Amino acid sequence: MQKGGSKVQPKTSFFKALFAVVWKDLIAELRGKELISAMLVFALLVIFIFNFALELDPKTRSALTAGILWVTIIFAGNLGLNRSMSVEKDRGCLDGLLLAPVDRTAIYFGKSIANWIFMLIVAMIVLPIYSILYNTNIISPALILVIILGSEGYVAIGTLLASMAVQARTRDILLPILLFPVILPVLIAAVKASAGILSGFPLTDLQTWFNLLIVYDIIFTSVAFMVFDSVVEE
Amino acid sequence: MTAIIEVRNLIKRFGHKQVLRQLNFSVQQGEFVALLGSNGAGKTTLLRILSSLSKPNYGEIQIAGYFLPGQSAQVRKKLGVVSHLPLLYGDLSAEENLKFYGKLYGLSDFQNHIEEILKLVGLLKRKKDLVRTFSRGMQQRLAIGRAIIHDPEVLLLDEPHTGLDQDAANMLDTLLQEIASRGRTVVMTSHDFPRVANLATRFDVLYKGKIHASKLAKDLPQHGLLAYYQSIVDEIDAEGGKQGAT
Repeated sequence: MQKGGSKVQPKTSFFKALFAVVWKDLIAELRGKELISAMLVFALLVIFIFNFALELDPKTRSALTAGILWVTIIFAGNLGLNRSMSVEKDRGCLDGLLLAPVDRTAIYFGKSIANWIFMLIVAMIVLPIYSILYNTNIISPALILVIILGSEGYVAIGTLLASMAVQARTRDILLPILLFPVILPVLIAAVKASAGILSGFPLTDLQTWFNLLIVYDIIFTSVAFMVFDSVVEE
Repeated sequence: MTAIIEVRNLIKRFGHKQVLRQLNFSVQQGEFVALLGSNGAGKTTLLRILSSLSKPNYGEIQIAGYFLPGQSAQVRKKLGVVSHLPLLYGDLSAEENLKFYGKLYGLSDFQNHIEEILKLVGLLKRKKDLVRTFSRGMQQRLAIGRAIIHDPEVLLLDEPHTGLDQDAANMLDTLLQEIASRGRTVVMTSHDFPRVANLATRFDVLYKGKIHASKLAKDLPQHGLLAYYQSIVDEIDAEGGKQGAT
């Protein structure tokens, strides 16, 4: 049956499989627009609710900006992680991925990178909207760097836990219960670093929080790399 | 003939429940084996273990010369798997789905090969259409295409006729006969006795976690499959009853 000039490689390249998963997730999202639109609508609703529920004066509002921003990103991200894995599970596609003759961590990294991209897209849309609604410019390269680092740690462990939770009937509830306590160090570091940046502190004063973010990104990514294979196997 | 699948003393437990009980199973190259059994007999569990999606608790498994679970990546290269779910992405076209799986299986320069597969499964004209617009039968045919894209030596099918109407099931049978005629080994589970009777070259009865009997198609009288299966099941139940009484 092997005709048409196709060649079966002795082993599928790790990066080829990884990029195939990213490509598939991006194309599917571009068509369906299910994940980003759900995350975005949810994020905007959270910002609106905070805006009207808290009724803060401008001074207090700027002090709370980092917290509100990260709560928005984390909650929207949770929605995205859940959806990203349930799409695979519901149509049996997770089995399809696991049947491929490839190091299964390539699948994990592919899903993680796609989730990271979706989360960053949502964050990049939320930032200017937040700035307009709260009448304060929060967009800065340093804050974007914190969002990149914080969301990396979040999706690194979040994708792993989502692939675990997706096996359960109560997956929608299970993921935040598993994820939020674990992600706390990243969340604290991200909020502190963001608050410092928004208050105009020099970056050298925030070095500790950046270091913490980087260390937790490495730890979460390494742990996920080591255990993903066991997590997805029956 | 050499065994392409060799399973010895396979045990699989889910919690306290033992689903497979020291199961022994062997398939020769080029055979089309139908695994017959009631719900809960362990058919799907056996196929999931053979396809490396599930780990056994005990036992020795060798497929195409490689051992499971130790050499699972090598085994997966040799396998094509079709389940009652299509394992396809609704938001990708038929062509994109095959392209995606082709990349996962390490194929290169395979555009022509994709066209051949789509032609084989009768979906060439619909190659640009999103899979979510396909009927169940079309999705199942594409699922076969997905499973054979890397030209596997062994095809594992878990109740592939589930949810198909008569026409779609007939088309699937023609496709499976075509694949089998190319010398590929096929192991299929099914409840549809009349259908598998026309497809398989051997019938194994899997009941309560064990293969209890095996019969070549040529040794069975015409329309005798259901009677054969029922006689085996009755025999096992009667033996179980006797043991329970003593």
